[in-house]
Amino acid sequence: MPDSARAATQADVLSALHVLEYPYKRSVGPVIGRFLTGLMEGRIEGIKSASGKVMVPPAEYDPATGAPLSEFVEVADAGVVTTWAWVAEPREHNPVQEPFAWALIRLDGADTALLHAVRAPGGGMRTGMRVKARWRPERTGLITDIECFEPEDA
Amino acid sequence: MSVEPVEVIQTPIRLEYDYTPGGARSRFLRGLEQGKILGERCPNCHKVYVGGGSGACARCGVPCTDVVPLPNTGTVTTFCIVNLPFAGATIEIPYTSASILIDGADIPLMALIQECPADEVRMGMRVEAVWVDEAERAPTMDTIRYFRPTGEPDAPIDDVLKKMRADA
Repeated sequence: MPDSARAATQADVLSALHVLEYPYKRSVGPVIGRFLTGLMEGRIEGIKSASGKVMVPPAEYDPATGAPLSEFVEVADAGVVTTWAWVAEPREHNPVQEPFAWALIRLDGADTALLHAVRAPGGGMRTGMRVKARWRPERTGLITDIECFEPEDA
Repeated sequence: MSVEPVEVIQTPIRLEYDYTPGGARSRFLRGLEQGKILGERCPNCHKVYVGGGSGACARCGVPCTDVVPLPNTGTVTTFCIVNLPFAGATIEIPYTSASILIDGADIPLMALIQECPADEVRMGMRVEAVWVDEAERAPTMDTIRYFRPTGEPDAPIDDVLKKMRADA
């Protein structure tokens, strides 16, 4: 084999950072729009299904019948962890920059659970624990207006 | 307190990759850094690949063992005129992106055509590479700024296309 075509060694092989970035914008519709507007005002709103269950975050259509929903219900900003996954090494885009949990949280007054981050110092996460929202002082109408949830008894 | 209802949100997506082009494409890119267009020849069917694919012949499945220096010139085999602006675009529209069969190669490269109105670009047009200044050369495709017409008579396009066929 000619020298010029010898298989490339590790040092010969190039490597570069390649960034893909899409500046998506999306319209949120009347239901999610109202939910996000509520967050900006420090309020969490769910929606009542035909069977009387309160869903948080609100669904646009009834999960059983498919009928459009419109009866909004305000719920508490505190509730119970129903399940969770521990993130020992947060990544740059994660909302909490220390070990934290992604958790499903059933807020008081709701029948379904909301996905959010829980900061639990010392790793004291458990299913059934009570948590409360930590709101950002400056809010823009995104789910990140809630910085994270924290143990209620902390 | 009353606020404006939320109707539209921004949800940017960002993905960061460590891209490695592999051995064959690294050789090609390092060639550009030296101001050379390098091809690689299949020892079995003698087809010359350029642009650095896998480093193996797609038809014979064997490593391409010979590095072949190629000239600066080639023939437009097909092209596309871009008339729509898009986010991140750096060139004024309309512009032309073309497949160019470098002389001595059997597979075309994709590159920009400039110094020529978009509606004058045609299959068979003879073009040459325009490089960045020597000091700015780097192992990237941007080292060839674009191709421009040489002014030579067009190449007979049917012969050019036939040469690219897998069974040629």
